[in-house]
Amino acid sequence: MSDKVTHLTDATFDEVIAGSAEPVLVDFWAEWCGPCKTVAPILDELAEEQDGKLKITKMNVDENPTTPLKYQVQSIPTMLLFKDGELTKTVVGAKPKAALVAELGL
Amino acid sequence: MPELHDVVIVGSGPAGLTAAIYTARASLNPLVLEGEPSSTGDQPGGQLMLTTDVENFPGFPDGIMGPELMVNFRDQAVRFGAKMETVKASRVDVSERPFKVWVGDPDAAEPTYLAKTLIISTGAKALMLELPNETRLIGHGVSTCATCDGFFFRDQDIAVIGGGDSALEEATFLTKFASSVTIVHRRDELRASKIMQDRAMANEKIVFKWNSEVAEIVGEEKVEGLVLTDTKTGERSELAVTGMFVAIGHRPNTDLFVDQLDMKDNGYLITKSPSAATSVAGVFACGDVQDDTFRQAITAAGSGCAAAIDAERWLEANEH
Repeated sequence: MSDKVTHLTDATFDEVIAGSAEPVLVDFWAEWCGPCKTVAPILDELAEEQDGKLKITKMNVDENPTTPLKYQVQSIPTMLLFKDGELTKTVVGAKPKAALVAELGL
Repeated sequence: MPELHDVVIVGSGPAGLTAAIYTARASLNPLVLEGEPSSTGDQPGGQLMLTTDVENFPGFPDGIMGPELMVNFRDQAVRFGAKMETVKASRVDVSERPFKVWVGDPDAAEPTYLAKTLIISTGAKALMLELPNETRLIGHGVSTCATCDGFFFRDQDIAVIGGGDSALEEATFLTKFASSVTIVHRRDELRASKIMQDRAMANEKIVFKWNSEVAEIVGEEKVEGLVLTDTKTGERSELAVTGMFVAIGHRPNTDLFVDQLDMKDNGYLITKSPSAATSVAGVFACGDVQDDTFRQAITAAGSGCAAAIDAERWLEANEH
């Protein structure tokens, strides 16, 4: 995994989202989710390519029940994009890199 | 000029990756177009990426997680030199040799790859109900992946649509989380195997709604319920559920080969059993794309091995 990807927890989520100068992408995932594994390398690549422009983060839904509930995550992978602390985009399901980049408007 | 390969394998489930292992070990340097990420079975690793415990794959007495098994398959293929590309074929032309494969723009003048032999292992994908709200509510109560999403339906009432093995398997799995699972089936008996039926019938959380079809998915932001139609009386009823998992069968991923390779009426490729040969010499098919009978990981792997050996022998016979 790229060292530019940050792991979020229920405890750190608000602070990271509110305190980030650049937009933040949060990928909700779990160990038992096959499609999450296929998305992981794409997010690693994006973390390198978008360094300084977009912060890529991940949250393990097994270990962090509160945040997924708050954002009504009912499927993983789900990716949420926050700009200036506001949720601006929700992407549900694994996608090819080009489709993900297009949906996120990167 | 596009690169010319001895073997191009399209698809990377158990069939494609077994073919990759065998052709790589035969020094044929296979190129595997493994597909693109998605939350359906049509993705690198295939349908096993959407399963949890695989209990019937020989060699794993304690079972193994589907995604882990597929990572192992892939590692084994790579170890012997198979080249993996995380792309999806957009067009294939088998009208002349070498065969042509496009990735990306299917209308591009020049193909992306040329292949002396082609092994097709594009698999099958799960059918959806094709109802108006269905796609919009994916991720909000409609699920294409029980193993991905079951977790989020803890203590909720949900429905599984279908009556085959995969429906009962999903329903049984989902009882780990949900307070109740209603199996909605359009007939009054199940297609599923005896062992799966026994398991489901014995499960207190599973209830059956016989002779019923989903007419409508209710909900704006998320699934709030289903409107069912009785297939005998036409009577409509409501089922209050917050989740719907569809397991009504599969369709082979053969769109790329229409009018090029012989298919059965249901779209599955025809192979000349016991060989994996298709109607075009040098093109072989393995796994679920040509199997509407067994559809097991182990039979897919077995047919992948057959396709690899067929391709190897065909190259030997036609190279010189």
